[in-house]
Amino acid sequence: MPSIQIVDYGAGNLASVLKAFAAVGADARIATAPNALDGAGAVVVPGVGHFAATGTLGDAWRASIRAAIAVRTPLLGICLGMQWLMSGSDEAPDTAGLGVFSGRCTRLSGSLKVPHVGWNTIDARTDSCALLDGIGAGAAAYFTHTYAVPVIAEATATTTYGQTFAAVIASDRVFGAQFHPEKSGSAGLRLLANFARLARTSSSPC
Amino acid sequence: MLTKRLIACLDVRSGRVVKGVNFTGLRDAGDPAELAARYNRDGIDELVVLDISATLEGRRATLETIAAVSRTLFIPLTVGGGIRSIDDARAVVDAGADKIAINSAALADPPLITQLAQLYGSQAVVVSIDARRRGDRFEVLSRGATAHGCADAIAWAREAESRGAGEILLTSIDSDGTRAGFDCDLTAAVSAAVNIPVIASGGAGEPAHFAEVFGRGRADAALAASVFHYAERSVGDLKHFLAARGIPMRLNW
Repeated sequence: MPSIQIVDYGAGNLASVLKAFAAVGADARIATAPNALDGAGAVVVPGVGHFAATGTLGDAWRASIRAAIAVRTPLLGICLGMQWLMSGSDEAPDTAGLGVFSGRCTRLSGSLKVPHVGWNTIDARTDSCALLDGIGAGAAAYFTHTYAVPVIAEATATTTYGQTFAAVIASDRVFGAQFHPEKSGSAGLRLLANFARLARTSSSPC
Repeated sequence: MLTKRLIACLDVRSGRVVKGVNFTGLRDAGDPAELAARYNRDGIDELVVLDISATLEGRRATLETIAAVSRTLFIPLTVGGGIRSIDDARAVVDAGADKIAINSAALADPPLITQLAQLYGSQAVVVSIDARRRGDRFEVLSRGATAHGCADAIAWAREAESRGAGEILLTSIDSDGTRAGFDCDLTAAVSAAVNIPVIASGGAGEPAHFAEVFGRGRADAALAASVFHYAERSVGDLKHFLAARGIPMRLNW
């Protein structure tokens, strides 16, 4: 069975993501080169830190990730990895996102402390998001971020911290989570298990 | 709604929890992985491992412990104690820590805060401050030699933030071990002075103390060790106690 490939571009907490997939019985591996995504069961773009760090996702990575999306390989961007799926971010205006989703990440504003750190509730906007299957109302997830994706049409869950922003985005088989499912206890593990199940159903029918 | 966090601290020496633990049902009370799993089941929001090993061998054993804890724990894990350099930080991150807490090394070498923030992101850098009352001020207590002249806790917290710290772990030396309550004046003063989360530590003895520090103390999170270890109340009971008083808590875990 093709495994889940976790993109290593130097800005991710890869080991944590790897361990979390292992805990839900999924076969995940670290992809250190773009060609590792050929035939992948699924792709994960992790990420912590500054948007400029995604600059290391150069043309070869972008091409291989686009190719994976083109053949409907499930893809999950986590935190910075989700933000990178957007057109760009005010955090690093010169760094282009992949642009799977239209819109820019903006800085959280208001009178509250920034970054937004801690457990916050995720509010589903739909009951048909495969990623959120079995994650009940009132579930909390662990966030740590300064910039956020606005509530675009593809937002399947939102979170409010001063302002309301997209917690989960989904378009066909491309997903993003602003929080860290690998650090969000049982709710986060459920999300990763849901994603891993998509990976399985995308492989050969037999 | 963003919830207030409850954080359990494990003092670990040579890979073993050193403070006494009397949870029922624990096979090995000194095993950090077993204790961490217990806390996780109980609904703790985060875990801090404080390495108090005095020897290199002890530190190596603690790294193995961190790796074991992080294999089964899917909540944020902070590791502190004896981290003096980028290499020390890398060792604990590679072992599975999500955040690094630095204390005297930050005082002795403030640029280390920025270096760590650039390497791992500010969200991974916790500056730990030990403070005590001195007259109407709060002074920083440093265990080691300090090259830094900043003796005022509030000024130091501000400086740590400006250098890239993502959170402040603030321990009241006056309250630590007393179980008479957190120093809410200290916590509120620091929390108001910075725009990053402040974790209150030192003095937790009963549920009302947590309500006080989240309210008057303006703490974003509260850390305790013995109150949780001795399981006089479960973390879950404490969370429900606080939620009933209008404090936002994570109740589904």
